[in-house]
Amino acid sequence: MNRDVSSQRTIVVLVENKAGVLARVADLFARRGYNIVSLAVAPTHDDSLSRLTIVVDVESAPLEQIVNQLFKLINVVEIAELSLGMSVERELMLATVTTDRTTRNQIVELVDIFEGKIVAVSSEQLTVSLDGRPSKIDDFEALLQDFDIIELQRSGRIALPKIGRSVPRLRAV
Amino acid sequence: MPDPIVLNGGQALIKSLEEEGVEVVFGYPGGAILPVYDPILDSSIRHVLVRHEQGAGHAAEGYAHATGKPGVCMVTSGPAATNIVTPLADAYLDSVPMVCITGQVAMAAIGTDAFQEVDTTGITRSITKHNILVTRASDIPNAVKEAFHIATTGRPGPVLIDIPKNIVDANNPDAYFEFSYPQAVNLPGYNPNVTPSEASVGEAVELMSKASRPVLYVGGGVLKARGAKALRELAEMGNIPVVSTLMARGAFPDSHELALGMPGMHGNYTAVAAIQKSDLLIAMGSRFDDRVTGKVDAFAPEAKIIHVDIDPAEHGKVRKADVSVVGDCRIAMEMMLERLHKRGGSSAFADHVAWRQKLSGWQERYPYTYDRELPGELLKPQFVLERLRDACPDDTIVASGVGQHQMWASQYWQFDHPYTWINSGGLGTMGFSIPAAIGAKAAMPDRLVWAVDGDGCFQMTGQELVTAAVEKIPIKVALLNNAYLGMVRQWQEMFYDERYSEVHLGHDTPDYVKWAESMGCEAFRVTDPDEVDVIIAKANEINDRPVVVEFRTQSAEKVFPMVPAGGSNDDIMVHPSQVDQPAV
Repeated sequence: MNRDVSSQRTIVVLVENKAGVLARVADLFARRGYNIVSLAVAPTHDDSLSRLTIVVDVESAPLEQIVNQLFKLINVVEIAELSLGMSVERELMLATVTTDRTTRNQIVELVDIFEGKIVAVSSEQLTVSLDGRPSKIDDFEALLQDFDIIELQRSGRIALPKIGRSVPRLRAV
Repeated sequence: MPDPIVLNGGQALIKSLEEEGVEVVFGYPGGAILPVYDPILDSSIRHVLVRHEQGAGHAAEGYAHATGKPGVCMVTSGPAATNIVTPLADAYLDSVPMVCITGQVAMAAIGTDAFQEVDTTGITRSITKHNILVTRASDIPNAVKEAFHIATTGRPGPVLIDIPKNIVDANNPDAYFEFSYPQAVNLPGYNPNVTPSEASVGEAVELMSKASRPVLYVGGGVLKARGAKALRELAEMGNIPVVSTLMARGAFPDSHELALGMPGMHGNYTAVAAIQKSDLLIAMGSRFDDRVTGKVDAFAPEAKIIHVDIDPAEHGKVRKADVSVVGDCRIAMEMMLERLHKRGGSSAFADHVAWRQKLSGWQERYPYTYDRELPGELLKPQFVLERLRDACPDDTIVASGVGQHQMWASQYWQFDHPYTWINSGGLGTMGFSIPAAIGAKAAMPDRLVWAVDGDGCFQMTGQELVTAAVEKIPIKVALLNNAYLGMVRQWQEMFYDERYSEVHLGHDTPDYVKWAESMGCEAFRVTDPDEVDVIIAKANEINDRPVVVEFRTQSAEKVFPMVPAGGSNDDIMVHPSQVDQPAV
């Protein structure tokens, strides 16, 4: 699958870990017509805070507007943009595919090449897992399309700044 | 140390409101909020019992508009919460500081579709500045403290606190705790940009000093920032003409020689034309609303833009500014003035004489105008408003509904003081005026408060006159009864080939005089122009109960000028009598 990534930007939003905060963020995107490409959310090492990694489509609205609107949410503490060269990005994918005698080996081979894992096996199906850079997952997913995919789930992107790189913290304007 | 006081959640809520200095709460009791209504009996806070929850919200807004202090309203769960959704949205769009307390079903019942349960925080999320469902009694003081802080700082707005019944229930042992009111808030994500950067102010001053056709395009943000004095100083120093949007009427005196009046769809011709021809638009606490800009691509095409606004998200939302000044309008203007003083005050600016002359030419040719009624015809609404204006002291507070009467009130009243004009600008809420006037009068009992209303609006919230009568809040209502939803009728006449669909209400039903009298008001009906002054004088004499004056006005009267919706400001339509005027 080819994804147009040219209009995609990754932002990290640190929010107070309070009830309803994810709904506030999601509502804001829905209400203002901003597109979310992917969203990953979990508490951080500081359990008063949660970290959202959001890949946004800036075709739908300028990043500056999205950031400024996010800052209006009282529970949003900090926003940073993680640009490609400045950050380490990872994503996880799980996929279950139907196999027969001929395709089983092809899939195992593909998983080997990508350094993925076979995490479950039955006589007719395999579940494979792969983690890595989002572009690597894209490539793997594209090749997997040749087989009979039963179910597929990607985790959405998570990212951290590269060590030693200071990431510009965005402030409202 | 005084002995710790142990309170239940309901007592704590009322005590917290007292700590915030709340004097009046507009509300309506019901099942889930019942436990909070018991301690009100022992409180110094005045509770005004409205007749519909929407009235509570708009009254709180009126209170806030008039005083600058947050308006407070309190209602129960479910249908009461949904009834107050409209005022919340209204307050959100017009940046009105308001704290709304809603009852909620007990914690154990939340999510079970219990009786009178709705997801109040979910429903109001996108129309409040912030909202919170409190889950423990001991969290109530903090929630109240935060709500007032958020509602009144930065860009003001409504904050809703949703309170489950069990945490305020006097019979619940878990609802008791040692009360103490917090001194500070802990909101790590909330830091409004109050003081603008020196750099942005410097750039703004630079642009101002060079402009030859500048216009101050002033919005409600100036009033919210208590910035009227600084605005006047800036305008006078720079000899800069001022247009005041619907939300900013009163921020700059209409009687001032630099005042051009209201811009926008039904704005003053000169205000609209000045914007279109200006080379520098200084947007001060205004947000480039579509009713002001018309077609955005054709709005002020030659103008550079300085945009001053406390809300970062307003910058670049509609029109990209050449200089963005993010901060409080008053502080921004004071910083500008300081720099300008150092540069020699008035001499820091270019000469605007030619510009001012051009504007005076337009003002002379295109004032607001209307044709007087012919003998035997019903009243002209503009005439009524002119007479009312001239009969009232200039600090009279005018609260308006939404529609033609609102535009005429804004056009024909002379606002010379801030906080004398209260209306629903952003949401355009019909029925706003009567409850808003009640809120303003409750805050300022010594001031004359007139609601200017239409017959459509009156039928939406007229029942709040019972509140006004019973609570002894003697507002006055000028009801311009033209028997139609006048603004919709105007659009149907002009843009729908005079096909009038569902706009006729009729002059006679209801009988507004009888209705008003039945609600405890003094009521008059005026049909004859010669009676207008007499009845207004009578109404102004009455101070012990509300007064309704029904003025029967002509149905076909239209508001001019008009910029058709979606059209360019350059396509402004003036009054028919001015069409043949030579272009300026």
